[in-house]
Amino acid sequence: MTETVLLIGTSKGVLVARSDQARQSWELEPLQLMMSTVYGLGIDRRRATPRLFAGATSEHWGPSLFHSDDLGRSWSEPEAAPVAFPASTGTALIRIWQVEPGLDSQPDLVYAGVEPHALFRSHDGGITFELVEGLYNHPHRPEWQPGGGGACLHTIVPHPTDPNRLLVALSAGGVYRTADGGASWEPANRGIQSYWMPEDQRFPEFGQCVHKVGTHPSQPDRLLAQNHFGVYRSEDYGNSWEAIENGLPANFGFPLLVHPHQPDTAYIFPLKADSERMPPDRRCRVYRTRDGGSSWEPLTVGLPQSGYHAIVLRDALCTDRGDPAGIYFGTRDGELYQSLDDGDSWQLVASHLPDVLSVRAAMVA
Amino acid sequence: MTATLHLPAVLRPSADGQGLVPVTATTVGGALDDLAHSWPQLERRLRDEQGVVRRHIRIYLGDRDIADLEGLATPLGEGAQLHIIPMVSGG
Repeated sequence: MTETVLLIGTSKGVLVARSDQARQSWELEPLQLMMSTVYGLGIDRRRATPRLFAGATSEHWGPSLFHSDDLGRSWSEPEAAPVAFPASTGTALIRIWQVEPGLDSQPDLVYAGVEPHALFRSHDGGITFELVEGLYNHPHRPEWQPGGGGACLHTIVPHPTDPNRLLVALSAGGVYRTADGGASWEPANRGIQSYWMPEDQRFPEFGQCVHKVGTHPSQPDRLLAQNHFGVYRSEDYGNSWEAIENGLPANFGFPLLVHPHQPDTAYIFPLKADSERMPPDRRCRVYRTRDGGSSWEPLTVGLPQSGYHAIVLRDALCTDRGDPAGIYFGTRDGELYQSLDDGDSWQLVASHLPDVLSVRAAMVA
Repeated sequence: MTATLHLPAVLRPSADGQGLVPVTATTVGGALDDLAHSWPQLERRLRDEQGVVRRHIRIYLGDRDIADLEGLATPLGEGAQLHIIPMVSGG
């Protein structure tokens, strides 16, 4: 029997909702990892029973990375800190923003993106991690700035076929990529704007505030990015980017999700501006492209269309990769919506939750 | 010197349910170092990986905040009583 698991990271802990293959109704379980903020959720589908991850930060007791091998019924962490900066760095972990498994050919490799800006790598399935020093020691590092959410490395995109290639995004440092397994890194931001810079310096080599990057395994050279003002596409794995904003009511926002089965389909949730972080016209609208970003259309059926103020954060839009694919998003006013028809219509899964910071989902046979 | 660490209820699962944990040290910092050997998961709740006490925690020696004494260098006498106090903070 197939079980669908929906992980919901909130400002007060992590919630698990369960359903079956049809996903018509959901059972919401009690809050776990209580009183921690959970920005970084991950699911390692390479195991017979997927391993779930929750990067949780307690304001009192600090950050840690928890894992679950029973689909979220219980959570564990090792005795020693799973993610910690070496003493030589003089740096301490603030938050885990991203947990991303490696390729199927690297079954125990798991990456973690953290605040302050750094990438960690695990070779034991995500129990213990080591700092990727090639990126930490990058000469640009002293010039990276924090975004509004912090100095975070929030996006990790493994190349689907080449285990030596990896792409990350930082706020505010921009997109970086490696072709040698993390030993060396180069910025990949040509064409992405830093609107806050003086007019003649708005396309720097690095320093952009890229909010999320998405890709599809069948088209590894195509990347889509939601930037701090600007939605972009690259057809050459980040060598260059072009703006793709046809049909959008605004180009600010946080999440971006590529459909798991349709490489030309992707979703974003536009906001009016960084100075007005609310949906345009106060309408809850997901925007979808069916043509790789060349045009965008609003998706509104089942979503509130007046007086709506909530936003969707960068990791609060996800898919379960099922058939049909479930698309989910959570909001900062504690609602969770799903679509089972590629976004044509949406249903409310849960409400009155703590503010939702992240969501991840998986179907488990 | 043998001292006793008093834990708030929320931390006791990290010490097998104990509310009182014995430590051997001559300073408060040494007590936390000792804790790192015996209860590493508990110790990292109190300090970050650079040894800095977390921002929303207070450590009292008897009825004195160690921040008003010598911080982690505060000396401990035999039988010292250390209290971990989560600050009243948050939203």
